[in-house]
Amino acid sequence: MTDHSHKNCKALLGSLSEYIDGELPAELCAEIEKHLEGCENCRVVLNTTKRTIDLVQLPVEETVPLDVRERLFKRLNLDDYLIPKS
Amino acid sequence: MTAEISLAALRAGDRVEFARMVDLYSAPIYRLGLKMLGSPQDAEDVLQNTFLSALTHLSNFEGRSSISTWLYRIASNEALMLIRRKKPEFNLEDLQTDDSDEGAMPEIFVDWSVLPERELLTGESKQAIDDAIQKLPETLRMVFVLRDIEDISIKETAEILNLTETNVKTRLLRARMFLREQLSAYYGERLTRKEKHD
Repeated sequence: MTDHSHKNCKALLGSLSEYIDGELPAELCAEIEKHLEGCENCRVVLNTTKRTIDLVQLPVEETVPLDVRERLFKRLNLDDYLIPKS
Repeated sequence: MTAEISLAALRAGDRVEFARMVDLYSAPIYRLGLKMLGSPQDAEDVLQNTFLSALTHLSNFEGRSSISTWLYRIASNEALMLIRRKKPEFNLEDLQTDDSDEGAMPEIFVDWSVLPERELLTGESKQAIDDAIQKLPETLRMVFVLRDIEDISIKETAEILNLTETNVKTRLLRARMFLREQLSAYYGERLTRKEKHD
């Protein structure tokens, strides 16, 4: 790991989010990937950060519970518009 | 495809249109409340207060932002107010949520990402994930919930929270690093146990 330095790790960590979200220019991505090849710790941080994001993103509740919806409509005086959900 | 909510109809007092807006945005606002407060009762309060406030302030809403951004802004304020009411003591950790680049450096380097999905998502693991989210300082948690759970862009998250995009990115990175560290401690231990067992 001749070109390895703590400074590079810190720089990578600063851009990690944007790298994961695909928001960095190609040349910066190439630099990061070069660093990753020689730095196991940074590879672990990248893999586990990606996995962390995957895990918190699922599963997503797509609806509110029916009783919560009903109380909400009542509170807003919208009972007349409470169309039953199929 | 759901037709867009008409601001003109809302402002004219069209109750059907308001009810349609409530149905369209209830789920994301309830989720935001759940993730921010961690309890269904509090999430319901956030949900109700958000739409009550929207109803009250509709006449002042000029449509400069989208309806979605406006509602998220109200909901995030309601959630933060409720958190602060429940936890009125001075919180030094939140004050330290400045937006400097100085984030905590990672300390745990165990590659638990190799664990199979069934082990990452047991009931106990899901609880550990929720607990980790609840441990985030609320200003980081809010950015994280909007960006990573609700999948709202950096730009819109900045607009909702009245922050710069740079601040949103900094907070998002810190939130992700914090959660990674928490989950690394949790899953790292499982991985070690599994290796010993194998």
